[in-house]
Amino acid sequence: MPREVIVIGAGVAGMTAASLLSETGIKVKLLEKEKQLGGHLRKWDRLFPTLRPASEVLDWIEKGVNANIEVFKEVTVTDIRVQGNEFTVSIKDKDPITGNAIVLATGFDLFDAVKKEEYGYGIYNNVITSADLEAIFREKKKIVTTSGKIPRRIGIVHCVGSRDEKVGNLYCSKVCCVTGVKQAIEIKQALPDAEVYGFYMDLRMFDRNFEELYFEAQQKWGINFIRGRVSECAENEDESILVKTEDTLTGRPLKMTVDLLILLVGFVPSPETRKLASILGLKTGNDGFLLSKDEHTQDNITSVPGVFLTGALKGPTTIVNSIADARATALQVQIFLNSVN
Amino acid sequence: MDDRSIDIDHNDQKIMAFLTLQDPSINTCIGCGSCTATCSAGHFVDFNIRKVHTFLRRGETHLLKQEIQKCMFCGKCQLVCPRGVNLRNLIISIYNAIERLA
Repeated sequence: MPREVIVIGAGVAGMTAASLLSETGIKVKLLEKEKQLGGHLRKWDRLFPTLRPASEVLDWIEKGVNANIEVFKEVTVTDIRVQGNEFTVSIKDKDPITGNAIVLATGFDLFDAVKKEEYGYGIYNNVITSADLEAIFREKKKIVTTSGKIPRRIGIVHCVGSRDEKVGNLYCSKVCCVTGVKQAIEIKQALPDAEVYGFYMDLRMFDRNFEELYFEAQQKWGINFIRGRVSECAENEDESILVKTEDTLTGRPLKMTVDLLILLVGFVPSPETRKLASILGLKTGNDGFLLSKDEHTQDNITSVPGVFLTGALKGPTTIVNSIADARATALQVQIFLNSVN
Repeated sequence: MDDRSIDIDHNDQKIMAFLTLQDPSINTCIGCGSCTATCSAGHFVDFNIRKVHTFLRRGETHLLKQEIQKCMFCGKCQLVCPRGVNLRNLIISIYNAIERLA
């Protein structure tokens, strides 16, 4: 009885789908392009909104990838063919892998902040991204400027690479706002004497405990929020950053010097996602992320029987939602396998 | 006493209607303020292009002619707008609209 499933991508969604499928007795082959499993979750220190350690969630998900799952690391998928009941996934420099259903879980990439030249990433030394800051937290490094001094003032720029016609990404990346509030709090925990300023267009505190985190950021930590989108930055002689924005709530242009600037970068579709979509003939939305058969009622199913979608390859999402989505996908795959027998 | 509220019931939407027909991008403004932040003139004189644009959309146009003359046409506002509002073009169109309609 054909009961083998290939899961492509071993991030949050891929690993969750793989472990749940395996728990129901299905043979899973889990493919991952990197040397390690875990996707982007490996890179985070503490998760919003509770600031619980990312490692707790990673450990729990990794435990699910038990010995019954065949894991293939450092894999590059070159082709996918289907004949009857069987899919064949061709791998670069290795033997092809077969299965009776495929779950695509190839996730996302982070926006390359270099593309937003006016913010100075890669040009000015004291401009870093939220991912860079997360690595500093995770590696327990000190937050310092390039000249080694402790920053007195830190700025956080929202919507970098998102909601921006000029870089071709009209969509909202959803989680950056709460990440900005979270990191502002984490900066204050590390540097209680620092002044932290967040520059935003909106504050998207959409999920449970997000608004409460914003409240805490203001009340307990004294984080400053300025409603205005940063138009450009310049570098002072001492390598500090001059930020230009409008303080829309007072209706006047505003400028300020910060010692360190953090750019909240959003999601972009990963190149692997686009490649697999074109191999399989799957449609992408205008935003470049994959489309399912129906966003309400069949969000894990595609137009190709036996090919399923889970996780951030469908668009910006949270870890909580990715896990839930992966579980839904596992059930859909089971139903599908039962139907072809 | 005069009521200083913006009166949507009685304001003059003619200019906005004319401009929207020519370029619907002006409808997509979200008031983020990037334009005002980068405006060359706005750092030295009391000129806030976001405010002028918002008042226009609300039908408050009595100061429009006077305000819009402060623009230097550098075009930076259009360069930074995340919604793709053709703001420099819009300002030129506003001159046109004022001539025709005001």
